[in-house]
Amino acid sequence: MQQTSISTKTNHALVALILGIFPGGGQYYNKQILKGLIFSVFLISFFSASKDLITHGLWGLITLGEKPRVDNSIFLLAEGIITVLLVLFALLIWYIAIVDGYKNGKRRDEGKEVNSVRKQYKNLLDSGFPYLMITPGFIILVFVVVFPIIFGFSIAFTNYNLYNAPPAKLVDWVGFKTFVNIFSLKLWRNTFLDVLQWTVVWTVIATTLQCTVGVLLAILVNQKDLKFKPIIRTIFILPWAVPGFVTILVFAGMFNDSFGVINNSILPFFGIEPKAWLTDPFWTKTALIMMQTWLGFPFVFAMTTGVLQAIPDDLYEAATMDGAGSYTKLKTITLPLVLYSIAPIIITQYTFNFNNFNIIYLFNNGGPAVPGSNAGGTDILVSWIYKLTMSSSQYAIASAITILLSIFVVGIALWQFRKSSSFKNDEMA
Amino acid sequence: MSLDKKRSIKQQRAIRLTLSYLVIGLVSLIIIYPLVWTVGASLNPGNSLLSSSIIPKNMSFEHYQDLFNGKVDYLNWYYNSMKISFSTMVLTLIFVSFTAYSFSRFRFVGRNNGLMLFLLLQMIPQFSALIAIFVLSQMLGLVNSHLALILIYVGGMIPMNTYLMKGFIDAIPRDLDESARMDGAGHFRIFIEIILPLSKPIIAVIALFSFTGPLGDFILSTTILRTPDQFTLPIGLYNLVAQKMGASYTTYAAGAVLIAVPVALLYLWLQKFFVSGLTAGGTKG
Repeated sequence: MQQTSISTKTNHALVALILGIFPGGGQYYNKQILKGLIFSVFLISFFSASKDLITHGLWGLITLGEKPRVDNSIFLLAEGIITVLLVLFALLIWYIAIVDGYKNGKRRDEGKEVNSVRKQYKNLLDSGFPYLMITPGFIILVFVVVFPIIFGFSIAFTNYNLYNAPPAKLVDWVGFKTFVNIFSLKLWRNTFLDVLQWTVVWTVIATTLQCTVGVLLAILVNQKDLKFKPIIRTIFILPWAVPGFVTILVFAGMFNDSFGVINNSILPFFGIEPKAWLTDPFWTKTALIMMQTWLGFPFVFAMTTGVLQAIPDDLYEAATMDGAGSYTKLKTITLPLVLYSIAPIIITQYTFNFNNFNIIYLFNNGGPAVPGSNAGGTDILVSWIYKLTMSSSQYAIASAITILLSIFVVGIALWQFRKSSSFKNDEMA
Repeated sequence: MSLDKKRSIKQQRAIRLTLSYLVIGLVSLIIIYPLVWTVGASLNPGNSLLSSSIIPKNMSFEHYQDLFNGKVDYLNWYYNSMKISFSTMVLTLIFVSFTAYSFSRFRFVGRNNGLMLFLLLQMIPQFSALIAIFVLSQMLGLVNSHLALILIYVGGMIPMNTYLMKGFIDAIPRDLDESARMDGAGHFRIFIEIILPLSKPIIAVIALFSFTGPLGDFILSTTILRTPDQFTLPIGLYNLVAQKMGASYTTYAAGAVLIAVPVALLYLWLQKFFVSGLTAGGTKG
């Protein structure tokens, strides 16, 4: 490459690059008429046909409407975001056209032939294949995941709520005011900190418990001289096999203060006073953690069992030769190997519980209600956001909390991914 | 002396095994009790649970009959849930296998950015889109649309499962592709005839994830589905339980049994794929 750049007298690459400012210009210059035509037609027709749409979309995005009852701020916001996405897509195509022109110009500078139409077609089929395969999934992803997330996040920077909603009123951009409110208004700050605290406590205790129980039981059942292994394993996997929402609702019935079997039969059988499972926050929390352990340990159990069965026997035989007892073997061989292999799975369990909406909401609606707070006593961030959106229509605040939560989750996940080997194995990093 | 030692080892073993069986028995009891209790409740005559015992004295199938004779919309919910879950599963498998194969086997411009985007989307929980889905579905008249819900589920399934499957395909030797290419097979034929058959374990895992994910979802389905005829099983059954004083709890129990049994059997049947699929692909990312 260096050689050629020294010996070139022509400057096709640079000319093609500059001409590329006109869509397809670089291609015409390189005498790739058909390709140039495709770029020109696509880009020129896109920008000329949607000129008004683009200006309207951007106007809407910036102003969020000017006349109440005529302009619907939320529609304008959605249209604006779609406009920006479409424009970005068109700019990407334009960029590709310019780069393509530059590259082919460079080939000419180096004295190489530019590909003929037929060869281009063959190239397109070959190198276009992965794009063809990805496009359908990618389009769905953009429309049902990327766009809603951007839209949802931008709500946090508006004053959109039940009282300030279209069509009667216009919504305005307010910058970071909602975030400031969450931390400066006493009611919101206290509620937010309470919910956050319980979310973290809940995640740590419930997940640690379910993982510990799962690993220990797997090691227990894996003992060589233990009989009936297949049936024991089948029983232990049952809580995972039964759909979670079914069992949570079953437990909601069993823990019911008035007709539940736990207060009516089980606790009296052991001579224990009935507890207020659904009305006292402490006991609701206790019940939730016990239930999640019941629900969550089988998955860890199954994965650990898989790892244990893959540990070669000679490892243990060698340790026995060296005079290691069963406790030493457990500590130096079994546990490290198991924990190393299932570490990613354990991490996903933590993030799963952090966002475990179903158990909190289906068991007791996030309740019981707590005085002086607009979240229930067992609400975690997710269920609180759900309530703020669905029942009290506090869209801006719900969205701001969603952003805070996403930053938290993504931060932890990034930290974990950096540490895990998945980055090192692939050329991604 | 060696006899003594042997005996003490034997004794130790007996104690260890007895303790193990005791723990296993206790755990089994804790696992099985709620399940048996549900079956008992479903067979309990009358609506109240106050008088119920774990094995009802005079068993009755009236609650099962109620599910089918239209007293509650159960069949409808069941059908809706199956339709949504099955469609989500099929679409997810198609899209995910396409994207995973491309990301695993091709080096194309934008690949790294694409992988980064998928990684990021996999981390941001899907309910971040909750507000948008709620607001937009109301405004665009997508309320009650099963198609909208299916597409949302599929979109949410793509990033994480693409990573799972990409990891698995990465572990399939490229020599197989190469030799097929020598024989004149194109990219798509290699995908269909070599990659897919070898990816069965991870396909089973993704199929199960994408089937049971929508089946157990409450948060997204309640934001879109509003009228009882469009409800899925979680919403419908939750409403039965939420009635005052558990007035329909026994009917709920019958409905719960009829969904839990087939799904549990499916899990037990597929579980051997799970471990191999997840520990082979999952840990490698």
